[in-house]
Amino acid sequence: MDTLLLSRIQFGANISFHILFPTITIALGWVLLFFKLRFNATGDVKWMEAYRFWVKVFALSFAMGVVSGITMSFQFGTNWPGFMETVGNIAGPLLAYEIMTAFFLEAVFLGIMLFGFSRVPGWLHTTATFLVAFGTTMSAFWILVLNSWMHTPAGFEMHDGVAFATDWWAIIFNPSMPYRLVHMLLASGLTVAFLLAGLSAFRWLIGDRSAEVRTTLKSGLILGATLIPLQILAGDFHGLNTLEHQPAKVAAMEGNWETGPNVPLLLFAVPDKETRSNLLEIAVPNGASLILTHKTDGVVPGLNDFVTEDGTVKHPPVAPVFYSFRVMVGTGMAMLLLSWAAVVIMARRRDVGALPKPLLWALVPMAFSGWVATLAGWYTTEIGRQPWLVYGVLTTEQAVADVPAPFVGTTLAAYLAIYVLLLAAYVSVLFFLARKAAQGDRPRRRTPLSGEAIVAQVPAE
Amino acid sequence: MNLFGDPAQWLPLTFAALMGLSILIYVVLDGFDLGVGVLFPFATDVERDRMVASIGPFWDANETWLVLAVGILLVAFPAAHGAILTALYLPVAIMLIGLILRGVAFEFRVKAPVPHKGRWNAAFWAGSLMTSLSQGWMLGLYIMGLQQTPATWVFAALTALFLTVGYSFIGATWLILKTDGDLQRKAVAWARGGIWGVVLGMGAISLASPLVSPRIWDKWLSVPEIFLLAPLPIMSGALVVLLWLALRRLPTSDDSWAWFPFVATIALFTLAFFGMAYSFYPYVVPERLTIYEAASAPESLFIILIGTCVVLPMIAGYTALAYFIFRGKATELRYD
Ligand code: HDD
Ligand code: HEM
Ligand code: HEM
Repeated sequence: MDTLLLSRIQFGANISFHILFPTITIALGWVLLFFKLRFNATGDVKWMEAYRFWVKVFALSFAMGVVSGITMSFQFGTNWPGFMETVGNIAGPLLAYEIMTAFFLEAVFLGIMLFGFSRVPGWLHTTATFLVAFGTTMSAFWILVLNSWMHTPAGFEMHDGVAFATDWWAIIFNPSMPYRLVHMLLASGLTVAFLLAGLSAFRWLIGDRSAEVRTTLKSGLILGATLIPLQILAGDFHGLNTLEHQPAKVAAMEGNWETGPNVPLLLFAVPDKETRSNLLEIAVPNGASLILTHKTDGVVPGLNDFVTEDGTVKHPPVAPVFYSFRVMVGTGMAMLLLSWAAVVIMARRRDVGALPKPLLWALVPMAFSGWVATLAGWYTTEIGRQPWLVYGVLTTEQAVADVPAPFVGTTLAAYLAIYVLLLAAYVSVLFFLARKAAQGDRPRRRTPLSGEAIVAQVPAE
Repeated sequence: MNLFGDPAQWLPLTFAALMGLSILIYVVLDGFDLGVGVLFPFATDVERDRMVASIGPFWDANETWLVLAVGILLVAFPAAHGAILTALYLPVAIMLIGLILRGVAFEFRVKAPVPHKGRWNAAFWAGSLMTSLSQGWMLGLYIMGLQQTPATWVFAALTALFLTVGYSFIGATWLILKTDGDLQRKAVAWARGGIWGVVLGMGAISLASPLVSPRIWDKWLSVPEIFLLAPLPIMSGALVVLLWLALRRLPTSDDSWAWFPFVATIALFTLAFFGMAYSFYPYVVPERLTIYEAASAPESLFIILIGTCVVLPMIAGYTALAYFIFRGKATELRYD
């Protein structure tokens, strides 16, 4: 394999591993703040116990996010030097603002949030929790500004092959930014909602009937049920925006080869790039036209429009975009069904305990459904942008480093091995913590700022 | 923005200074974190918990200075960023894997089932060691102008060793400050053992850089520079002597002067850093690319500078707050 392909796989593997953890920390920070505020307001211990359990998950996810993020920031230089050389004048300030306004904030206050409970006054601990949540969200904001700009570049001029900024407002609020930011923040909220519900369901199933587990199960389900309709709506708007700016991507997502009206919505198909047609179609007539243009005879762009006279293909690879889009939407539908079913049962019977066993068992694997949908979404977006790195400005091929392929290959193998191990360790530790908590390993309660009260010497976990 | 003269002149210089500052802060702060990790095999299990507790609230923020340094290299000197990082491709990858192992081991060693703790302790040590060694290796190659020959590899192997011993030294001085009792006595012994690494490392770099580059030779060894610069090595020598004397007397019965080795080591690292910065200025890729040639467009740098002026003091402020909150001898880390 050549350096380009290996570098792409390496970048894809690194960012896929990285994004798993930010999706959790971005929303979990706010959920923890919510638990803390509920505790401050009600004084009910169950909120503090929920906080204590989930702060461990947060700390673990945060560490995984930080170390894999550092890998990301080196990747630009080691594998894609052409990227910064061409668009560095725009990407640079955005990344710099991310580091300065987000990374330091979250990293410094994380220490206080995690270990400061009995060392600082309660308000400062709550503020630290807020600032960490705020920092992760800021970080998502800046990186998504950059990523959206790579999809829908605006506010710049090219001189001698280098991009120069002309309008920072247009760069930051580029056409796809609001959609992508909203969609990603909701994705993060959903990931956490189902993680909360899934791990709590697991604890319930192994016999934990504490007030804490009832609370987190209910919180997770209600959060999920609230966010998923919003996410579907946001996704629809996002698709319309993409239709306007990246029609080739939408054509690939829909698996539509010929431009025309009355295009069906494909529930399933096997796109074949050799014959440039689909096999085994299962379709809803006029569906795609209806969704994308809100008219049954609306015109939907087709992939054949993006092939030049001499046969060069100027659209992204169809199959991966097509399938990953369906995985994302399918997961979204599963989330909708499950969370609404659960919420309706809970509302009718006024009790979490009324949830039927099969539903609880279904929630356990759904703990990681957010990961599946988020990754599938990113694959749709990023592969759909190919062959461009910055849409219409820089191709992926132009940006790649001149590093020997064996170097890229060996480091890729090393990263993959580590990622597989860490992912296995992460998931098993989550379930280990859940089992331990279910067996009643509850830390003794202590009041903030009462130095003398600290006697027991139990290691932090 | 022409207030201070030609921005194409002063902006690259400002950013080179900022980058230098964050590298220096990184080397000091994550230096002691990594050093504590490298010293792991010499400690008992209970002592290891205490050692981790002494850096637990800080390591993440400390590591962020590396992100900032690389970020500035990336955003202010994009051409140099590509040239340096592609030349150092493999050591960078080893460092990153080391940082990953070290960072996750912090969490896993206390959250994984108890029988696995030993493995995560090993990962913590291995990660710290890989990171220190690869950073030392990169430093050596950088001093050698990023040339890859057997001779430069030998030199890089030496700097890898010395930097690792240097990090363990500052790690040990941090432990002298943050612990007491047996562990503190052990830390003093570690520091006594490690000071030679610092001396040899600084000596090797000071000798090698002028020998490799006639330009650096001229910058240090012509008149009047040689006299103007003389305080640098003299002060460093004095600090080493003071450190050595202090380490012979520590720990004191009332724990006075426990702060001294750490502070003196910071001063020593700072002096060494200034020496190197002086040698390499104005190059960012030694002998190939100056900071002026590699800099981004002034407009973009200016946008970043405005943010930096506002945000950097805030970062300094809340970092100080964190060190203040977790001042004193390290106690056990807990979430409640
Ligand atoms: C939508 C969110 C998002 C996306 C798309 C990315 N990141 Fe990220 N990143 C975060 C959201 C985030 C975060 C939530 O802010 C993290 C996760 C855990 C943490 O500590 O901060 C983080 C951590 C993190 C760190 C460590 C920060 C620290 O030391 O505290 C670095 C260096 C990066 N990221 C760099 C990147 C790069 C270069 C990316 C793209 C190529 C990237 N991230 C994509
Ligand atoms: C966090 C979510 C993200 C995920 C899961 C993701 C995923 C991917 C994937 C799978 C590719 C490979 C596409 C292909 O080669 O066919 C890719 C390409 C790329 N993405 Fe993203 N991406 C994300 C965010 C970002 C961000 C925020 C940036 C930049 C600021 C970025 C920059 C790039 C670059 C430089 C490439 C080109 C390299 C390549 O083609 O592999 N990505 N991304
Ligand atoms: C079920 C209805 C959904 C629809 C119609 C939808 C629509 C879309 C579309 C059109 C894109 C591509 C944007 C582009 O052009 O680049 C996208 C990307 C994405 N989707 Fe979805 N989505 C849905 C559900 C979900 C769910 C449930 C999640 C996660 C929990 C999710 C996470 C993402 C992510 C992370 C991206 C990539 C980032 C971005 O471009 O915003 N989506 N989605």
